[in-house]
This record gives sequence, C-alpha cells and structure tokens, in this order.
Amino acid sequence: MQHNEPDRNNNAGQEARRDFLKQSTLLTALSLTPSVVVQAAEKHLDEKAAAYFEQVTLKLTINGKPYTLSVEPRVTLLDLLRERLNLTGTKKGCDYGQCGACTVHIDGRRTLSCLTFAVMHEGQAVTTIEGLAEAGPQGKLHPVQEAFIRHDGFQCGYCTPGQIMSAIGCLREDRANSPDEIREYMSGNICRCGAYNNIVDAIAEVKKGGQKV
Amino acid sequence: MINFQYLRASSPKSAIDGVRTDLSAQFIAGGTNLIDLMKRGITAPPKLVDINNLPLRDIADEGKTIRIGALALNSTVADHSLILKKLPLLAQALNAGASAQIRNMATVGGNMMQRTRCPYFYDPSLPCNKRAPGSGCGAVAGINRMHAIFGLEPVPDQHVCIAVHPSDMCVALAALDATVEVWGPGGNRTIPFTGFHRLPGSNPQKDNTLQHGELITALRLPDNALATHSHYLKIRDRASYAFALISVAAALDLKGKTIQQARLAMGGVAHKPWRLTEAEQVLIGKPATEATFREAAQVAMRGARAFEHNTYKLKLAPAAIVEALTRAAG
Repeated sequence: MQHNEPDRNNNAGQEARRDFLKQSTLLTALSLTPSVVVQAAEKHLDEKAAAYFEQVTLKLTINGKPYTLSVEPRVTLLDLLRERLNLTGTKKGCDYGQCGACTVHIDGRRTLSCLTFAVMHEGQAVTTIEGLAEAGPQGKLHPVQEAFIRHDGFQCGYCTPGQIMSAIGCLREDRANSPDEIREYMSGNICRCGAYNNIVDAIAEVKKGGQKV
Repeated sequence: MINFQYLRASSPKSAIDGVRTDLSAQFIAGGTNLIDLMKRGITAPPKLVDINNLPLRDIADEGKTIRIGALALNSTVADHSLILKKLPLLAQALNAGASAQIRNMATVGGNMMQRTRCPYFYDPSLPCNKRAPGSGCGAVAGINRMHAIFGLEPVPDQHVCIAVHPSDMCVALAALDATVEVWGPGGNRTIPFTGFHRLPGSNPQKDNTLQHGELITALRLPDNALATHSHYLKIRDRASYAFALISVAAALDLKGKTIQQARLAMGGVAHKPWRLTEAEQVLIGKPATEATFREAAQVAMRGARAFEHNTYKLKLAPAAIVEALTRAAG
C-alpha cells in the first residue's frame, strides 16, 4: 500500500490538476443534467432526453426476444448488435452505408444497421441473420439460406448475412421477377469475391419455388 | 464520433423548439446522410432532435394536389399506387437513387436536405468552402469530373463552390412544380421547390433557403396531365447504386404528336436541381420529334461552362436531354 501512495511532495501539481478535473467534471454534470431535463419537460419532449455523457434506456425486440438496454445515443444499431449483444452475424464492412454487409430488418424492412442510431428504434423489432433459422442445433434453415448453400452464393462469406437479409427483402418486395430486376434491387450489397451470378440464381430459385419468405 | 445530446420530439412544435434555441442543433429523421457525415467528422452537431415519431408520413390525394408527408420513406412514396398512377416520374427518380435498404430508411424531407457528395467536401483534410468557409475550393483546379456546369457565378476564391446537388428525387420535384410546406419559429410558409435549394453565391455553406429551426412538414405536387409521357434518365458510372453524372427528368403533355406542355430538369449539373424553363418553352406547340428535342437541348445548354475533367458533360447533357424526351414521348 505504501508503495502506491502518491508522493504528495513530488506530485503536488499533478494532484491539484486531478482535483480540478474531478471538480469541473462534476460541475459540468450538474449544469447539464438538470437543464436538459427541464428543457425536455418544458418543451414536452419525452423522457428520452439525454445529455451527451448519458445513457438512454432503450427497449426493443431482437429476433423475437425483448431487450431493455442502456446505450449512448451515438451507438449505431450495428455496434449495439455486435459489440454489446454478441450478435456478430451482422457484419461491419464499410461502416458508411456503401456495402450492405450490415443489412438487418427493422419492423420487417431491410435497412442498414450502420447508418442508424440504436436509440432511434425504441419499441421496434429487429431481425438479424441469427433470427432466420428455426431454433436449436437441428433447426431448419430459412429457404433463402438453403438456396444460397445450394447455389454456392458466396466464397469468403463476409457479405453473406447482408446478402441473405437483403435477398429476403427483395423477395418480399416482389422485386425478384427477372435476373435484371434482382440485380437492380440487390445493388446495395457488394460481394468482392464476385459471387453475384450464384446469388442471383439462388434468389431466382426461391422466387420460382414460391416459398414463403 | 463525439457524443451528443439526444431528444425525441413528440410534436412538430416541440421539435422546432428543441432546435430553434441552439444554433448547432439539428433534426434527425432517416439519418442515412447525417450519420455518415458525423462518422467522417464533417459535421458534429452537439444536439440531435429525433423527429421520427411526428405524424408526417401520410400520402394523400387532395383533389388538385397530392400531398406527401415529409417523413414518408423514399420506398413508400416510390411504391405508392397514387404516385405510380399520377406522378410516375417521381417514382422513377426515387428508384434511381441510393439502394433498396437506404430507400427504406431515408425520408422525403431528408432526401431534400442531403449534402453534396463532392469528394473535397467529404475529406476534412482538403480545402472546401462549403465545409470550411474561406478555405478555398479543392475541386476547381482538382479532380472535377463529377462537378457543376451550370449556375457558376463569378465569385472570389474564398466563396467558390462547384459541387452538385446529389438527389434524383429533387430533379423530378423541380420538374413537377412541387411546393415545400415548412413550419418554423416564425410561422408556417410555402416555398416553391425551385426556390428551396440555392446557388452557392457568396454562401456556399448554405445548400437551401431554410432558416434555422424550420422543419419541412410536407411536399405538395399539382395533379397534372404529364403522367402518361414522362421519363427519368440517369447516367452514372455503374449500372446501379451510383450518383448521377447527368440525369434528366422529362415530362410531356401530348395532343397527337403536338407538345402542349413540357417539364424538363437536370441533375448532376448544378448546386441545385436545374430546371430548364427556356428549353420547355421551345418545346411547346411543336411536334414531338428528334429535331424539336435537339433544338430544346441546344437552348438548355446556353451558359454551360466546364472544368478540366468534366468537359464531357457539355456533350453528354444535351444528348441525355434528347434521349429522355424521346423516351418520354414514346
């Protein structure tokens, strides 16, 4: 313990600075928190007002399971899924909305989880690649997952979760009626291995088979 | 990304109040452009007011006009039966933009508010009068292949901006005589669509004529006789999911072969969607032939000026106008 005691004589300056920082942080907290809450109440904004250092309570459903979380406003839905909830099936490719690897469904719509803050989805239902197959080790895969395997719709596999989530959206939107239409409506998903032809074939087969997706 | 204060508005008034008092506060709707800009450090609003809960999503036929709520998603508008029937040009333009996922997130109001994709604007280490007023324009003597050919007023170096507006939807809205309904601290007002976006002038940092705290609530489009003969042509580096090099929104009202009314606007050529009213005048009363379209294209190109890497636009733009008009008439 003696060893860890700060040497007050030698570190007086540092200590003073540390105390000042502590104090000023506290003052900042005091001056910001009430004003934010008061401001929010005055303006009839709901209780989700958050100062920039605060966490916001967030309730949402992911793959059918309800979550109550506490998150910073700046956390994207993608980072929440991957870093907090260990749902790493959803991939981070470019992180700027250009590659489609992070595609998930929000309330049934295919969207990019990297270009949206998690706090913007209070009360909504998110489906990720992990939520497609039936539960359990013997659970049946989703028809689009099966078609991707049958048609070898991937090589390295990194874009595949995004491709599959997007393909389901494409089919549900009835935009899979020809190879050209599939290519156009899948253009937000990039595959650097170049498995495009097989991806198009997989989607076309599910469309032809008329399975419910 | 630096953290920020997050407020969720429950009424348009509370949203406006939440932004009005803080000059650096911003609204957030779909977030597809704003979050991208925040991640890259191009903008860092200390406070965001989330407007997604506001009741501004309806698309309604009001008789002589069609009203589209500002929070209607790009994909919802593009797939809506009323829009497909009466404003197919708008649906076509929407589907030409972004990707299916982004169209499912981005709102109509947000599409209007998106910033230029000029690479100099997008790189904080390079000069840009739009991002950092007074720092100069990197594009004017740089790689300006994607840049403007119209609306280039002579201004001192510290104001130069040759960026283009990136939206496809806005090109169709400029052609279709849309108006923008805006609520703000000073009351409500209506802005004609062609007066919503602005030329850079001496304030290139300002993309549009909105005042701080003003909230776009809806678009209104007149029901017209232009639905049957319209076409949105987009020319880009890839077959899909790329910004326009040149785009043309063309709509004609034909009686037999004769043009009764015409609407024409271009994208990828100016700091704002570029309506071509003089070219439209050339078309009226003439037969819908290639010769007529060429004459209109020639008039449309008056005043165009190119830079080192975008001289191709001086040929591509008139050819695109002729092609779009031909497809609209066909």
